[in-house]
Amino acid sequence: MRFETPTTVDEAVRLLSDDPEARILAGGTDLLVRLRARQVAPSAVIDVKRIAEMTVITREEGGWRIGAAVPSAEMNEMSDLCADWPGVMEAADLIGSTQIQGRATMAGNLCNASPAADSVPAMVAAGAVARIAGPSGTRDVAVEDIPTGPGQTSLKPGELITSIFLPVKPAMSGDAYLRFIPRTEMDIAVVGVGVHVTLDDQGKISAARVALGAVAPTVILSQSCADALIGTPGDDAALDALAAAATEEATPIDDKRGTVAFRKDIAGVLARRTAKIAIARAKGDA
Amino acid sequence: MPKDEFQARDFKIVGTRPLRPDGIDKVTGKARYGADVTAPGMLWGAVLRSPHAHARIVSIDTSAAEAMKGVKAVITRADFTYQPDDPGLADVLDNCMAGEKARYDGHAVAAVAATSKKIAHDALDAIKVEYEVLAHVTDVDEAMKPDAPVIEAGRQQENVPAGLSENVTSRSKYGHGDPEAGFSQADLVIERSFTTAATHQGYIEPHACLATLGADGQGDLWVCTQGHYMVRNTCAGLLGLDAGMLRVTASEIGGGFGGKTHVWIEPVALMLSRKAGKPVKLVMSRDEVFRATGPTASSSIDVKIGMKKDGTITGATATYRLQAGAYPGAIAFLSAMCGFAPYDLENVRTEGFEVMTNRPKAAAYRAPGAPMAAYPVESVIDELCQKLDLDPLETRLKNAADEGTKSAYGPTYPAIGLKATLKAAQSHPHWTAPLGENQGRGVACGFWFNFGGDTCVSLMVNPDGTVSLSEGNPDIGGSRASMSMMAAEELGVPLDQVRTIIADTASLGQNEVTDGSRVTFAVGLATIKAARHAIEIMKERAAMTWGIDPEAVDWHDGAAHPAGPNAGKFPPMTIKEIAAIASNTGGPIAGHHEVNAEGAGVSFATHMVDTEVDPETGAVKVLRYTVFQDAGKAVHPDYVEGQFQGGAAQGIGWAINEEYIYGEDGRLQNPGFLDYRVPVASDLPMIEPVILEIPNPGHPYGVRGVGETSIVPPLAAIANAVSRAAGVRLTSLPMSPPRVLAALKGQ
Amino acid sequence: MSQIHVTATINGDETEFLCDPTETLLDVLRDHLDLTGSKEGCGSGDCGACSIILDGRLVCSCLVLAAEAEGRSVETIEGMAEGDKLHPLQEKFIEHAALQCGICTPGILVAAKNLLERNPNPSEEEVRYWLAGNLCRCTGYDKIIRAVMDTAAEMRGAA
Repeated sequence: MRFETPTTVDEAVRLLSDDPEARILAGGTDLLVRLRARQVAPSAVIDVKRIAEMTVITREEGGWRIGAAVPSAEMNEMSDLCADWPGVMEAADLIGSTQIQGRATMAGNLCNASPAADSVPAMVAAGAVARIAGPSGTRDVAVEDIPTGPGQTSLKPGELITSIFLPVKPAMSGDAYLRFIPRTEMDIAVVGVGVHVTLDDQGKISAARVALGAVAPTVILSQSCADALIGTPGDDAALDALAAAATEEATPIDDKRGTVAFRKDIAGVLARRTAKIAIARAKGDA
Repeated sequence: MPKDEFQARDFKIVGTRPLRPDGIDKVTGKARYGADVTAPGMLWGAVLRSPHAHARIVSIDTSAAEAMKGVKAVITRADFTYQPDDPGLADVLDNCMAGEKARYDGHAVAAVAATSKKIAHDALDAIKVEYEVLAHVTDVDEAMKPDAPVIEAGRQQENVPAGLSENVTSRSKYGHGDPEAGFSQADLVIERSFTTAATHQGYIEPHACLATLGADGQGDLWVCTQGHYMVRNTCAGLLGLDAGMLRVTASEIGGGFGGKTHVWIEPVALMLSRKAGKPVKLVMSRDEVFRATGPTASSSIDVKIGMKKDGTITGATATYRLQAGAYPGAIAFLSAMCGFAPYDLENVRTEGFEVMTNRPKAAAYRAPGAPMAAYPVESVIDELCQKLDLDPLETRLKNAADEGTKSAYGPTYPAIGLKATLKAAQSHPHWTAPLGENQGRGVACGFWFNFGGDTCVSLMVNPDGTVSLSEGNPDIGGSRASMSMMAAEELGVPLDQVRTIIADTASLGQNEVTDGSRVTFAVGLATIKAARHAIEIMKERAAMTWGIDPEAVDWHDGAAHPAGPNAGKFPPMTIKEIAAIASNTGGPIAGHHEVNAEGAGVSFATHMVDTEVDPETGAVKVLRYTVFQDAGKAVHPDYVEGQFQGGAAQGIGWAINEEYIYGEDGRLQNPGFLDYRVPVASDLPMIEPVILEIPNPGHPYGVRGVGETSIVPPLAAIANAVSRAAGVRLTSLPMSPPRVLAALKGQ
Repeated sequence: MSQIHVTATINGDETEFLCDPTETLLDVLRDHLDLTGSKEGCGSGDCGACSIILDGRLVCSCLVLAAEAEGRSVETIEGMAEGDKLHPLQEKFIEHAALQCGICTPGILVAAKNLLERNPNPSEEEVRYWLAGNLCRCTGYDKIIRAVMDTAAEMRGAA
């Protein structure tokens, strides 16, 4: 195995294009576990943390461009970013322990393509966009279109994510993410729910994005969940409808982390709890 | 009955909280654990393990691995040419390196030694094993059925009733009276069936050793273990070595909880070393620890208890079926002994079945057999209290065993502390603290025997009067501090004048494993006796100096004194003064004591816990926890509290989230700390320890073992708290959120 | 297979080592540099026994490739005391009997030090969540949490 340390995106793309068996190393919190368990044996590891543009957070068009090698801990130290997108930041903050936080990146979480990735439902709800660099140039892709199945992404050979863009936060909007785990920390989400809502002048929900994690092969951006909220004041009736929609939309599996019945139930419970927080944030109450 | 060793006295050092002697090494990273040493020319070992739950090993081709650059030895079972006569040892050997069959996922089938870790692991990939996969069984109830796949035929003892699979290797029975007659006197009889999952000890340090074995049969082994004498004797027995030729040194140990009272990699490392002619370091991965080392048994249990309206238990029975793993087990009989041990019962019967399955051989785990024994009993007692509207503490007190009670497993108790723990619980503010919505409070009692056993201690008085104490039990939770304290107390010298070390197997006689909560009791007893021996010698030396009779010399405050006015007028001779002239009064001074210690006082605890159950998710949160336990005499209260707290935390894990999960293919699905969910810091509240001290008559200072009892009550205490919080009674552990939610929805 | 030459600052000292590209920083600390205070409890970032500070951030050294350390600063448990003067956390851990077997202790001390540098006045809950990635199987965490809280209070008083 070679260890490569490109300092530009172009160089990283070239290395990746030249060697289909190479792997990108950002935080390494997934890749190193697999290396260690001898589940993967890449020909090369390309450490992108020496590419300056991939390690910084910058303001852009009122939103935030977060370098793909920026660890979660660093994002969570930026109070303006946390104020704009608390749900996304909290989701990223839930990826593993404090130690993992010091390394794990949202882009890595996305590319690892686990259905249970914590930051992904939150990013999807927020309408985040991944910037991809590759042999044929740069393209922007909605986060929800990156994972195509467990461990699978829509990235083409030679492509890597260079940043995640969180758009300008709409006025009167709020986001939130909650997950359910058996312990209080250190577990993989049994269910995760990201919600972003925008209110109109009357306090009614004018726009909503609801993303469900760990209940399908990829994160579900649920229109029926959004529809349950849109046009309502986010009252109990709307939340009931949302919970029912989330339970209905969830198509989970039985595994060591949860049963189908449990996950469907919890999807509803969490959708309700998450939406409540997002609505309160949109109102400026939280 | 134990000898009456106990004498009441005022302590100067025992009962205080001095800083531990190994503290600085452990907070600076200097302490050396199993994997922390190297040797010149050292090779790295690695073990190939079966991916199948049950498979005949048709062939193993190691030629490609042997041909690899840097590979110095490859071994399989064929290299273990010595055949131990003892069937128990034969099982150990087969567990360390599979013979005809791989009996569980993770069973060792080959091993290599190479010049680097990476080469060793690459070599494992090059070993070709042909398996004939066999039908498997991992569930205890399934394994008992007559048509179950048989792990090994011919191991069933005659005491097993007909109609059960050969996987059932033995049955044990305990009790007295006539339970059926007792049930007929009851106002309410409840009979329930329970299950508990297999849990792992979960020590943070994986097994590790560094082995050197020469062609001359002389060897050295550095190993993290709870008992280096056990390792020596077992390895010598498996490899056909003379025990005296194999010196085993215990490293610092990073947790054991019973899981390091056996051997797995040690004979393999020795064999690799012998074949390669070089030292070999062998360290398990976490995956190997979970798949191949001892979890405790899973269990399936029926309990029936009859109670009068006033709370009197009239009759009680329990049947314990314990899943022992791939070799005949010996844990169910302990369950059958422990289940009703806290109670004074006229009519009680228990039986225990040891059952083989395609899982790793069950190992001891902190009070082995007792937590799953207490859980169903304490659950049914709690349900009886709920249905008869009785106070759960008062009801337990009413039935509690006391001095003179004939225990459910036979012996009659001397002075015991169960009632003291229950009364302490009743008067503690926790018992009457208000509870909120969805919250409930549970209590449960627990029992453990405590062990004594073979023990040697040597106490050297150095020329400057300082004291070196050698004991032979790995220090797993502060025992060097406790031994130094007891030696200093007995000698009457300042604590900083005594240093205790753990001797290797060539430096001190045989010692039983650090298990059964035996060390503070048994090694403490031997330490006190060794100090008394040294005191006798020092009294003789003073008598000789003074020219008086040794019987006319007293020892106190670290010095010899004339026993009275008739003995003569001499200024006291301190230990320093006696030591300084020892060479001229007969030579160096040392005391020693060798004993098979008896009289380990049994131990009882009562636990109280508040939980909150999330009615929408089934999540159980532990809000408050208090442990009441009899320590006999707490030598170092900090470490007694630590045992109470640590046992409670492990019990909480067992109750709520920890479990071995096997797939349809018989493979372990969660061999890592990610999905084998031990409690993390944010899962737990502070755990309040309340130490009761009812002296053990069998120890000079009244000490009882404290290490294990604390894991016995939590399973039931939490189940009872969940029942009272959620209004449903769960009968399967762990009470993980899906199970609790399903129970809530089934209401 | 070619080894990689790495220069890193380890506990304040510029240190050079050669490593295989697949080796982790924990492998190098323990097997090449004899800094065995960092422990391997799991090798997958789930136990925290290998916790170190990398360029000021708390990480699991089992999840860092050794080659990544080039030019970076590494702090391990071996660098926590200054000569024979223990860090206040080390003192308090002994005083509070916050260790039994001690295998998790180096990782917990490194993690707690990083916490107190960022947050001198943490709540009990903050300490518990910060340390959630450091498993301890002996103590039930009680005395560990007390030792960290007490150290924080004392360090605030001394500051």
